[in-house]
Amino acid sequence: MLEIKNLRAKVGDREILKGINLKVKAGEVHAIMGPNGSGKSTLAQVLAGRESYEITGGEVTYDGKDLLAMSPEDRARAGIFLAFQYPVEIPGVSTTYLLRAGLNAARKQRGEEELDAMDFLTLVKEKMKLVEMDEGLMNRSVNESFSGGEKKRNEIFQMAVLEPRLAILDETDSGLDIDALKIVAGGVNKLRGPDRSMIVVTHYQRLLNYIVPDKVHVLFEGRIVKSGGKDLALELEDKGYSWIEEKVAGA
Amino acid sequence: MKQDNAQTDHYLSEFARFGKEISRKEPSWLGDLRRKALERFADLKFPTTRDEEWKYTSVAPIAGTPFRVAASHRPNGISRRDLEHALFGGLECTLLVFVNGHHAPELSHGRPLPDGVKAGSLAEFLEREPGLVEPHLARHARFEDQAFTALNTAFLKDGAFIHVPRMKVLSEPIHLLFVTTGNGAPPVSHPRNLIVVEEGSQATVVENYVTLLGGAYFTNAVTEVVAGASSVVDHCKLQREGEEACHVSTLQSHLGRSSRFTSHAITLGGALVRNDVNSVLDAEGAECVLNGLYLAVGCQHMDSHTFIDHARPNGTSREFYKGVLAGASHGVFNGKIMVRKDAQKTDARQTNKNLLLSEAAMVDTKPQLEIHADDVKCTHGATIGRLDEDALFYLRSRGIGENKARSLLVHAFASDIVEKIPVEPIRTGLQCELVTRLPLGIEARGNP
Repeated sequence: MLEIKNLRAKVGDREILKGINLKVKAGEVHAIMGPNGSGKSTLAQVLAGRESYEITGGEVTYDGKDLLAMSPEDRARAGIFLAFQYPVEIPGVSTTYLLRAGLNAARKQRGEEELDAMDFLTLVKEKMKLVEMDEGLMNRSVNESFSGGEKKRNEIFQMAVLEPRLAILDETDSGLDIDALKIVAGGVNKLRGPDRSMIVVTHYQRLLNYIVPDKVHVLFEGRIVKSGGKDLALELEDKGYSWIEEKVAGA
Repeated sequence: MKQDNAQTDHYLSEFARFGKEISRKEPSWLGDLRRKALERFADLKFPTTRDEEWKYTSVAPIAGTPFRVAASHRPNGISRRDLEHALFGGLECTLLVFVNGHHAPELSHGRPLPDGVKAGSLAEFLEREPGLVEPHLARHARFEDQAFTALNTAFLKDGAFIHVPRMKVLSEPIHLLFVTTGNGAPPVSHPRNLIVVEEGSQATVVENYVTLLGGAYFTNAVTEVVAGASSVVDHCKLQREGEEACHVSTLQSHLGRSSRFTSHAITLGGALVRNDVNSVLDAEGAECVLNGLYLAVGCQHMDSHTFIDHARPNGTSREFYKGVLAGASHGVFNGKIMVRKDAQKTDARQTNKNLLLSEAAMVDTKPQLEIHADDVKCTHGATIGRLDEDALFYLRSRGIGENKARSLLVHAFASDIVEKIPVEPIRTGLQCELVTRLPLGIEARGNP
């Protein structure tokens, strides 16, 4: 479904991604771990189409298409979803409006009929239960004066409505207490399926107790330096990232 | 300075011509008022950018054009249908239409008003009941140091007169529609409105300025609002004139004890627009709310000057102005709050936010606080920004096209001012109009 080959990206003069290689098959959940500043969030944003990063090399194919040539909105309509590490507050635009416009843009792209207000509402109500979202939040401006936990839940809720084929979760666990973490992880797990792939970016292993990955990759200084099964996450938890750093330095 | 004199002389000779048209029944105090105002105008002349209050706004296009006072004639050829686009669907209101500054009864329509409430043409009331007008007219809008107000006062002839006696509540707004037909020699009109709302009463007045046939013209409007004790007055000023129109206006309100005055100023049209909104909180416990939105595209120039004068204790003022500037447009916000020595416990807040959508657009914003009392709460803040790139990316990452995302963000920025308008059909109508008028943020990049 997704294949990243030797991807390099920089912001300003600073190269952040220095040759990423990654292959994600349909239905797989990949965890990307790594210390702060290793390039995890950059990778997530580059995949979603953030234009402030300059791609300096490599290629990314998604469903056989050149992902890097697509605009952010075209990627979204093709089924890519980014749950933001820092969800943006958008005063004056309600979550309902945002999601209906986004969902219908994708449906239109696929040649499906647009959802009317009633059908949309039914869909939304069903998905809200998934992350125990409060209905009142739907009609408020996107993320405006939401708590940290509400913002993260709102991201997963949006993912549930938009039903992406490839979801990228960028540190969705950061800043969540254990109860909120369980709710968010529960929502994510319910969305797992044979056609849906996920890339879960996280600093801590804790989230992976709840969202069990098929593969774990360690990102360090802009490269994937180690890949393995879910046990790799536990090993990292035990030994810390310095273990990887020493290994890379020694190699 | 020679040119200044020539410009002023034009109006002096226009006044001589105008004098012959004035009704002989006009009360003598009005004649005296006109002459005084004309003298002041002759002395003051048109302001220049050397004048601090006009630093960012050159009125050369106004001063340099020999506008002619529009003749008072029946609005031949204009029908109600021509006005539909300027009205608001579903709005039940008393409608007073003015064409080139003159009341057009055949285009207006009344609705039942509470006993004793008067709403009609100022010219008519000056003739029929001058005693109702005289105690208030020109008592609030100072012309001693304001050239445009002096000019309006010298040439004042018609406009709306609204008088709400004690303890009456108007359940429907009174809608004043000012239509200018700009074809032919460029005309000038000097609409003059007087709104008197007595103790304990409540009224909503909408001033709506539009162009019918395009062309260049000059509107120089003055509105005086007298809000009696414990009265509640809402005023909406909608400026939607054509792209060649020059528009200068003063809204002067005088607030009585525990009264509440709210102004909504929505400026969308015109080439050169200057709006002065001045409120004097002249009794204890008065409350003043000034909301404004200016949306400029192309080469439009929009200047909003506000002055809130806290003269007595326990007054409250809330001011919230927003500007959206695109193309090569220029916005000006100058908000002055004066807290006089006597005005203890004043609570004043002022915010001005501007969104620049292009490299060539500019805005000058100048909040001014002048505080002479020592126990007050006053805050002000002004911001100038561009579209939030993070918000834009967020919307696009959900599948919303770039152009739509941009217009969505601009609309979200501008629409909260419109949302504050208390009259639902106007709010809805303006929200739709915003969508059609709103420019996309910066140059669209070709994605639908």
